[in-house]
Amino acid sequence: MDQKKIVIGVIGADVHAVGNKILYHAFTQAGFHVINLGVMVSQEEYISAAIEADADAIVVSSLYGHGELDCRGMREKCDESGLKGILLYVGGNIVVGKQPFEDVEKRFKAMGFDRVFGPGTPPETTIDALKEDLGVAE
Amino acid sequence: MEAVLLIDFGSTYTKVTAVDQSSSQLLGTAAAYTTVETDVGDGLSTALAELKRQTGKIEYQKRLACSSAAGGLRMVAIGLVPELTAKAAKLASLGAGAKVIGNYSYQLNEDDVEEIDALKPDIVLLTGGIDGGNSESILHNAKMLSGCSADFPVVVAGNRSCARQAAKLLGNKTSYLVENVMPELNRLNVLPAQQKIRELFLERIVRAKGLSREAELVDGILMPTPAAVMAAMELLAGGCPGHSGIGELIAADLGGATTDIYSIASGDPRKDTTVYKGLPEPYAKRTVEGDIGMRYSVLGIPEAAGGYRRVAELAEMPEEKARELTAYLAAHTDALPTTGELERIDFALAALAVETAVARHCGTMEQVFTLTGTALAQTGKDLTEVERLVMTGGAVIHAKRVADIAAHALYSTKQPESLRPLKAEILVDKEYILAAMGLLAGHHPASALNVMKKELVSHGFAQQKN
Repeated sequence: MDQKKIVIGVIGADVHAVGNKILYHAFTQAGFHVINLGVMVSQEEYISAAIEADADAIVVSSLYGHGELDCRGMREKCDESGLKGILLYVGGNIVVGKQPFEDVEKRFKAMGFDRVFGPGTPPETTIDALKEDLGVAE
Repeated sequence: MEAVLLIDFGSTYTKVTAVDQSSSQLLGTAAAYTTVETDVGDGLSTALAELKRQTGKIEYQKRLACSSAAGGLRMVAIGLVPELTAKAAKLASLGAGAKVIGNYSYQLNEDDVEEIDALKPDIVLLTGGIDGGNSESILHNAKMLSGCSADFPVVVAGNRSCARQAAKLLGNKTSYLVENVMPELNRLNVLPAQQKIRELFLERIVRAKGLSREAELVDGILMPTPAAVMAAMELLAGGCPGHSGIGELIAADLGGATTDIYSIASGDPRKDTTVYKGLPEPYAKRTVEGDIGMRYSVLGIPEAAGGYRRVAELAEMPEEKARELTAYLAAHTDALPTTGELERIDFALAALAVETAVARHCGTMEQVFTLTGTALAQTGKDLTEVERLVMTGGAVIHAKRVADIAAHALYSTKQPESLRPLKAEILVDKEYILAAMGLLAGHHPASALNVMKKELVSHGFAQQKN
């Protein structure tokens, strides 16, 4: 089987490095080819990396509450850059304060994200979702 | 005595340098003017005759040469994303001593193909995609290149998954497969491509440039001149077995048409907390500023450095005068600074050329405000702690205030984001021997190193005044 390629990183002016490292190891161990951009990643960096790598998915992390601003327009930029239809995930503390997760999920899905994960999601949940969406057999 | 003759076939001068490698002694140097019209061989004989006047008759055991004649090694570098593989391809070509006459990204179109045909490159470096990554772009570009009518070899250094397929699509273009310049995202691997470029230069380019007759007079035209300078700087910084180098350094070559900057330094972030952004750059990095030079591109200096006001300020003359003299230099490319006025304008232009070129070469630091405080994001090389600056090029050798010119290459509070050296010892290549020593380095590194240590004149430590 071809190894599926995913681009990961923490978006915006966000320097939370620990979770990013955990995800990198978890995704790698799950059999993915992970291109990790680290922290403080701009939308353009995810997109450039995904183009060079011919990636199957982009997984955006945001831990500092500004995810909504940082992620706005990302799907459109992907479309514009020739990454039409690429799988786009977002997860973490993606909004400020305590808001019902259903509302948050709805807003991010409207922005073009295929899946949205709330705070405290274990890596396994995302791995299962990736496998399902990318058609990776268990 | 074991004398070695080192020759640099330049576009305007042929320079010869004689060294006794057994005693690491510089025996003499000479140069002769060459033009496109006159034969390169004539320049060589004139220079050799002048050298003989200085040294007397010498039996040379080896004759080695480098060349930037006939436009130098002209390359087109092609990649996928501009700031990723296209940049990697450009960095690889520059590091190999080439002049990058075209840098393309994404998919080539018919206009690009026409343009490349018109450029007639000596070599094309085709990259795109990390290993196992995008293959669409490099395959498309190979197909497009096969439609070029110009004859050039193609070095394929892209996604290994489709390298052979790309070579096949190149059709009747001679192609060479080497390792990817960017095998993983943000990891540079430029040496295999550079090695192949150098081989091609030896095998094909020297012949194509009509230097075959000259090549017979010597034991080989080994490399393009900038590659020789790079080799000299790597040796000077790193040393060789049994002899220590002087440590990390920057070199500025101030020429008539371009300003070349070399850095032999890691440039990694100095603090763990600094976040590095973008493509990490090579330990030995070369950049070429084609818009900045002391004669042919002199008009580019005020344009790049912030206008004639700054030129006038440094030259201590009215702005109108500065404008007039700069135009004069552009029109008289062979002018030497014979009057006090010309000396002052040359000083100002050299200082601004070095300032701009080194600033473009070095990385930058950006302060980012995050919820948890400020963070630092670094792009490119941090050269603030590099403490040696080698100055070379005609403008520098003839100038009187070299240390003052060099000081402009250093860190300035006016551009705090630019990661230029805070203070540095200025070493001046007054005999113009760097390319020659790079050639010698391949055969007698210890001797080349010792000659440089002896002949590079220290002008003390410099620091930018504000």
